Amino acid sequence: MLKKALRQASFAVALPFALMLGASGHAYAGGTLRIGMTAADIPLTTGQTDQGGEGQRIMGYTVYDSLVEWDLASADKPSGLVPGLATEWKVDEADKTKWTFKLREGVTFHDGAKFTAEDVVWNLDKLLKTDAPQYDQRQSAQGKSRIPAVASYKVIDDYTVEIITKAPDATLPYQLSWILMSSRANWEAKGKSWDEVAKAPSGTGPWKLTAFVPRERAEMVPNVDYWDKARVPKLDKMVLIPLPEPNARSAALMSGQVDWIEAPAPDTIPAIKGAGYTIVSNAYPHNWTWHLSRLPDSPWNDIRVRKAANLAIDREGMKELLGGLMIPAKGFFPPSSQWFGKPTFEVKYDLDAAKALMKEAGYGPDKHMKVKALISPSGSGQMLPLPMNEYIQQSLAEIWIDVDFVVVEWNQMINLWRAGATDPGVQGAMSINFTYFIQDPFTGLIRHLASELKAPNGTNWGHYSDPEMDKLFSEIKNTFDPEKQDEVMRRTHEKFVNDALFLMVTHDVAPRAMSTKVKGYVQAQNWFQNFSSITME
Amino acid sequence: MLIYFLRRLLYVCPVALGVSIICFLLVHIAPGDPLTAVMAVDATAQEQAAMRAAYGLDKPLPTQYVIWLGKAVQGDLGKSIASGRPVADEVVRAVQNSLLLAFAASLLAFPIGTALGFLAGYFRDSWIDRLVMSVAIAGVSLPNYWLGIVLVIIFSVTLGWLPAMGAGAGDWAWDLEHLSHLVLPAITLAVVPIGIVARTMRALVGEIYSMDFVQALYAKGLEPLDVLRHVIRNVAPTGLSVMGIQLGYLLGGSILIETVFNWPGTGFLLSNAIFQRDLPLLQGTILVLALFFVTLNLAVDVAQAAIDPRIKRS
Repeated sequence: MLKKALRQASFAVALPFALMLGASGHAYAGGTLRIGMTAADIPLTTGQTDQGGEGQRIMGYTVYDSLVEWDLASADKPSGLVPGLATEWKVDEADKTKWTFKLREGVTFHDGAKFTAEDVVWNLDKLLKTDAPQYDQRQSAQGKSRIPAVASYKVIDDYTVEIITKAPDATLPYQLSWILMSSRANWEAKGKSWDEVAKAPSGTGPWKLTAFVPRERAEMVPNVDYWDKARVPKLDKMVLIPLPEPNARSAALMSGQVDWIEAPAPDTIPAIKGAGYTIVSNAYPHNWTWHLSRLPDSPWNDIRVRKAANLAIDREGMKELLGGLMIPAKGFFPPSSQWFGKPTFEVKYDLDAAKALMKEAGYGPDKHMKVKALISPSGSGQMLPLPMNEYIQQSLAEIWIDVDFVVVEWNQMINLWRAGATDPGVQGAMSINFTYFIQDPFTGLIRHLASELKAPNGTNWGHYSDPEMDKLFSEIKNTFDPEKQDEVMRRTHEKFVNDALFLMVTHDVAPRAMSTKVKGYVQAQNWFQNFSSITME
Repeated sequence: MLIYFLRRLLYVCPVALGVSIICFLLVHIAPGDPLTAVMAVDATAQEQAAMRAAYGLDKPLPTQYVIWLGKAVQGDLGKSIASGRPVADEVVRAVQNSLLLAFAASLLAFPIGTALGFLAGYFRDSWIDRLVMSVAIAGVSLPNYWLGIVLVIIFSVTLGWLPAMGAGAGDWAWDLEHLSHLVLPAITLAVVPIGIVARTMRALVGEIYSMDFVQALYAKGLEPLDVLRHVIRNVAPTGLSVMGIQLGYLLGGSILIETVFNWPGTGFLLSNAIFQRDLPLLQGTILVLALFFVTLNLAVDVAQAAIDPRIKRS
């Protein structure tokens, strides 16, 4: 009797909601996708996310939008920029520091507030203006360094924003693709407290965050009013679960507790495949290199030695070591990159050529070259650093390069990367093994080798300085036509490869393991991904 | 008894202070910048300096310690560098989860360990003793994280009977769904204390049964069960002490066990704090755990004194 009454009551409650959903035109039939993240905590929910690329991927571009976004629709070609909350942008022909961004009309935040130019200025103040009431140190720490070009900004009208850069800088759209727009109205409604906003955030993105337990779980539902109808999520719900331990992630997938895991440990992949799960991967802009010291006493100053080292590594062998989950490096960018160009130096395995170059440089069986290499035993994106570095050590030994490792913990490694090759902490190391996010002109090329960014003023770890390279970087910043800028990028990358400026080893392939129930996922060649097309069978 | 308790309480104060100094210094002497986790990877030197000043990390260590301790005694353990949330909130939530796990593991470990130890001690040098001690030694010797992984492979991945990770969705509830999450980590965590308690009990029971007063009790014609009552009374203080230490171990959670099972307790929190170099979180968690140990020791000492008057007199 009681059961019957309850059932009737639940129908009475559920029916109006069911009708409302039907009226909205969105079919809630996509199921629930549970993702096991590699992060130890739910990324910062207020807008500008932490936890690196994963935070931006899973909490950033889901709940929020940026003015400029990445085209994540295709798996077959490298992603380019597309309009987001800005429908178009252009630089002033007479003053190349002045940019105008036209904003998309009719966009609303999850709390119902309209998105306007005031919101863009308010969000930039949130990151850059320390005396603004909405300034948030945590978001600023994540966002400020992404937009180094921005000098000032102002509202022109409700749907137009002007941004002035410190110097002409054509990479501004790439920089702005990092900056996510939070709701001003929500911040005010939550007592102007970011801590309160964190519990119930509001963006304009395709997903709404509905529940959130720190370190344990976050739940999102579709924003059925999303401005891009093609990207209204098909799932009913997406659940994020932090699972930092790789074996725990694999076990969670194989026991059916989650449907999707990021970055399965390579040694668990055979078991995952054997159990019938799907592994998806694709080229993406992430490389695994040795960044070389170019201080006066570094043996890497000799181009013959740099080329020889690049020719001494059997990358196919390393691919076997990694269960096939890597793309052998042919340059600093992956071979499929739109910026790869046509370098004349072919990065490949040719031991004879490598030995000949070393002999030419004055080394041989009787005269070994000795170098120290800074490596870490683990770290975000570092793949399997210990066996991979030992593999390189053995490969270089064949061409009379004796490598001693300086092994430091990952966080210390980041500090030493920031500090640069001259820092006493590197203990005389002449290279640092670091994986790089290389998705845009600045992170891909400029930051590593620009003279003005020599560490600790920037992340030119090796203190490389070349007027010709600086000229190319300047050209990238001053070429405002995207196609022409791509051409300069290609020429710059050709110089990276032809001068063998790094020990270029592998590109990661962003493997993800998932249940066969997951349908409709298209893995873009990008750090960020589109979850809107996914359904659960 | 009150004077004994007050005297023991007085001893606790310098110990707690020493513990606070050690845990504060321990996390500062490790290399690396504690703000790495929260700073953009390519933050400039000026941005790094500003951030350090904002977190008070630019001050001399003694000043930092005094400020930290002053706030800690008022219950303010600062804010986590990585998450920005109050450390006290994070630790309280984790302690609740670890207590739950420790409680479940204790329910298994102490009765089973005690029973096995009594059996082995009573039948000393028999095949029962050898069998029990083999089990106990295996329990202590097997790496328990390995056992955890094996249990996950069997019961979660292969059989699909029990969840492999987490404490269940939402807040804890005494329902089947949440209890099922508790089973594997509790068993894994209980294995070491079972071995330790069994071995200790076996040694104690064996020793006491060989004492003259036990022979005298038998000679007086007491029934074995009456003799056992005397033996238990003599075993209890040391047994309690061992269990107290084990309870501390269980609450601290083995970092590895909580990591293997993604159990959101203090061990898991500690491991995340270490990997993120989250100094306030690390200090707060260690401090709370250390104070728990100190309090637990006090409670065990007082309980021992209550059971055995000789301890109080000494």
